[in-house]
Amino acid sequence: MKRFQPFVFLSDIASRWDVLAFIVVIGLVVFLGETSRGLFAPLTALQTMPMSLDPAHLPEYAARTTFRMFAALGLSLLFTLTYATWAAKSERAGRLLVPILDILQSVPILGFISITVVFFMSLAPGRVLGAEFAAIFAIFTSQAWNMAFSFYQSLRTIPTELIEAAESFRLSPWMRFWQLEVPFGMPALIWNMMMSMSGGWFFVVASESISVGHTTVALPGVGSYIALAIEQKNLVAIGWAIATMMIVILLYDQLLFRPLVAWVDRFRVEQEPGVRVPDSWALTMMRRSRLIHAATVAFHAAVMLTSRAVKRRDEPLKPLVERPKRSSDLLWVLLIVAAVVAGLWHIVVVLIQNTPLKEALQVCGLATLTMLRVFVLIALASAVWVPIGVWVGMRPRAAQIVQPVAQFMAAFPANLLFPIAVFAIVRWKLNPDVYLSPLMILGTQWYILFNVIAGASAIPAEMRYVAANFRVTGWLWWRKVALPAILPFYVTGAITASGGSWNAAIVAELATWGDTQVQARGLGSYIAEATTAGDFHRIVLGIGTMSLFVVIINRLFWRPLYFYAERKYRLT
Amino acid sequence: MNNSPLLQCTDVRKAFPKPDGAELLVLEGMNLELREGQIVGLLGRSGSGKSTLLRLIAGLSEPSAGNLRYMGKPILGPAPGIAMVFQSFALFPWLTVFENVALGLEAQRMSRPEIRTRSLAAIDLIGLDGFESAYPRELSGGMRQRVGFARALVVHPNILLMDEPFSALDVLTAETLRTDFLDLWSEGRMPIKGVILVTHNIEEAVLMCDRVLVFGSNPGRILSEIKVNLPQPRNRLDPSFRELVERIYVEMTVRPAAGTAGRKENFPGLGIGSALPHVSSNLLAGLMEAVAAPPFNGKADLPEIASDLTMEIDELFPVAETLQMLRFAEVEGGDLKLTEDGLAFAHAALDERKRIFLRHLLTYVPLAAHVRRVLDERASHSARKSRFIDELEDFMSEEAAEQSLRAVVSWGRYAEAFAYDDENAMFSLENPT
Repeated sequence: MKRFQPFVFLSDIASRWDVLAFIVVIGLVVFLGETSRGLFAPLTALQTMPMSLDPAHLPEYAARTTFRMFAALGLSLLFTLTYATWAAKSERAGRLLVPILDILQSVPILGFISITVVFFMSLAPGRVLGAEFAAIFAIFTSQAWNMAFSFYQSLRTIPTELIEAAESFRLSPWMRFWQLEVPFGMPALIWNMMMSMSGGWFFVVASESISVGHTTVALPGVGSYIALAIEQKNLVAIGWAIATMMIVILLYDQLLFRPLVAWVDRFRVEQEPGVRVPDSWALTMMRRSRLIHAATVAFHAAVMLTSRAVKRRDEPLKPLVERPKRSSDLLWVLLIVAAVVAGLWHIVVVLIQNTPLKEALQVCGLATLTMLRVFVLIALASAVWVPIGVWVGMRPRAAQIVQPVAQFMAAFPANLLFPIAVFAIVRWKLNPDVYLSPLMILGTQWYILFNVIAGASAIPAEMRYVAANFRVTGWLWWRKVALPAILPFYVTGAITASGGSWNAAIVAELATWGDTQVQARGLGSYIAEATTAGDFHRIVLGIGTMSLFVVIINRLFWRPLYFYAERKYRLT
Repeated sequence: MNNSPLLQCTDVRKAFPKPDGAELLVLEGMNLELREGQIVGLLGRSGSGKSTLLRLIAGLSEPSAGNLRYMGKPILGPAPGIAMVFQSFALFPWLTVFENVALGLEAQRMSRPEIRTRSLAAIDLIGLDGFESAYPRELSGGMRQRVGFARALVVHPNILLMDEPFSALDVLTAETLRTDFLDLWSEGRMPIKGVILVTHNIEEAVLMCDRVLVFGSNPGRILSEIKVNLPQPRNRLDPSFRELVERIYVEMTVRPAAGTAGRKENFPGLGIGSALPHVSSNLLAGLMEAVAAPPFNGKADLPEIASDLTMEIDELFPVAETLQMLRFAEVEGGDLKLTEDGLAFAHAALDERKRIFLRHLLTYVPLAAHVRRVLDERASHSARKSRFIDELEDFMSEEAAEQSLRAVVSWGRYAEAFAYDDENAMFSLENPT
């Protein structure tokens, strides 16, 4: 199994580029919020379609939700192919674009939704269309970053021989992109698309029905259906929604991703002999269908045509990374300075001026609480899933069964299950500060499980023989064999789980069931409350603080750990 | 010398269950004895079950039938006095040289100072002094295998099992390591009493072993036992050394002749039911060219051509046997002799070669002829791969069926007998567009 790689290169903990990127991103958030605040009033009259809890509507809702997912995936793909290419091809652009991407990854998207909803609704002429844009944008923000990272990484690691071959044939940049760079990055990109898709479901459910201040937008979809079911305290309807989601996830997995994974296998450069070629019934069907065959022939013809249309260069191509010229260098620096100044201005004037110190301290305190929760939960989930994952991973037959289940669970939007938990907390009067917390890791713990399984099944047979031959058993075996072997995999899983949990905090720390609200103290509930109140300053303050915490934790804890594990414990 | 053997295997049999309920027999009627002071070599091609036997002895898997005894006691799991050296070294990358070596002692709950003394002694003995704190990735292949040896020796085993320990190393490094090992062994400086060495390198077996057991495949069994009485250190150029190598080659090429073979998955056979080895047409042409050219001029001694082409028997034998099946050569008594058509092929240009190959392929490989006939008879001139796989699976395992068909595809493509589209898994007579 291929792993998602959360960090591309080991650089300093925080370079000045990271600081600049942080300022630009948060400045942009503040700007978006500022703009949308002014346009707040006219939108109160927004008409929304009446939603119905009748299960007969669910297929339609599911179709609309799925459509949003794929629209966002298409956008993410477009973003990936342009942004990542730009970052990889231009050294000076890459220096800023890569840290920006890293910061964007850490911005809690759920808190962001409220701002973007208002912004997009003001942009689009049709009101429902504007809300659709906002929802799609929210999903996009949950999908795009890791895809772009993976493609950037692929572009930077194309083997020199292939680049030289492309150069010696003097391919035009356009041809080179489609014939070399895209195919080379494809396997990793498809894998990341699957990850993104899984993550996206969580946000589609949260982004369809959103209240900002007095404005409530409910787009027809599974997410709004759930929201309505919660409002009406209808457990049966929630059951219907969960069943629908399961079917949808199963369908797109079988119809889209399995065929893609099987198809993309041909683009793998390092073909290890003996590795089983992935198999998909849907792909076999498509390959044998004349209609689809005709479509692919047409696509191929289009590629050929455009390749011919773009003139190839007469002089040899310049190397991938070119030395920037001095004059354009200056322009670039000016551009960055302008962006940073604008970002700083927004942050200082709009945010900091309006925030009393006491409030800022309070937010930091809340963030610490949430951080504590995330770490404790990751530790608990690890204590449970690491032994189980190792046990399963050492048994190929068990792994074959458990692995897809774990991946399915990771794709399943865990927020669908929140109402059940809230119901239980209200019913038995449990302490929400403790009992709401597990919801944060409900959907993300699976990343730990399936990464550990992948790690354990990657332990070479001979290494297990060594352990058996020298009768290394018990705690010694865990200490010297199993745990080190899975560490790189585990860290990858834990990073994903931790990032996801921060995001989930926004919906998990403040959960509702009908008119009862259950709240845990933390930054997540702070942001959620601010969103409901439409308090723009507190939203931005909350998001900014959360981003800062996530970035700092990543840089000071996860990243060093990741590179340490990769360096020391990687099996080659 | 003690009279009871260190290790005794009687009538050992090992079979794996197949998904369809039948069983895959890998070892049958295996009898083996290891006495103190001996190095016994298990020599055979891959798939002859020699590594399986080694794992049975190490207690890493259980026999389906028969009896394995170590110092008179039955082997029921990894025994404390048996240590193993692996082909891929199998070092733990996160442990230093010292920690890798000490691991086996730690498993025995030995006291810290004792672990230290013994580990350092083993590291010292095997020539790794100064590398104690290095990680495996910092070491060359030869040094890594030295760690593998030190790790095995440190537990003071009575029996050392070696699973092709030199085959992942380059020629020069492997030779140094062999010599070092033999020096330590003959000087009695290693705390071991007997060695079992698995190898597919005939010269290595003759160089190191006191007895060589030649394995045959399908199922794995002992074909013959050859005693090596040459004094150590042995010289590869010594005529009696060469003679032994030659003799083992002869032993290994004596096989049931075509027609009399009762085994289904053996070739040369008749009918489509015989499994085919996947040997590329390039290798076939290459070997024919080499044998046709001087100094061999059409007839070559297998050990000679093997060392000439630096091919191990594992690589050479399947090629030679495929040539024999295609009637391009005859293999007998350790010699490979090209037939008339084999010679003609070697001297022909590409188009002529393809014609000769096509004729032989359709005449002597029934599966290829069968595929061609089906394609000829059908109006569409195309057929699914699964159609042939199903037919083959009546005779052989799924894996063997896949491999046989792959072989036929590659030969059929070379001979332009038919085309194959892997994407749709379809055979056809057309050329791809």
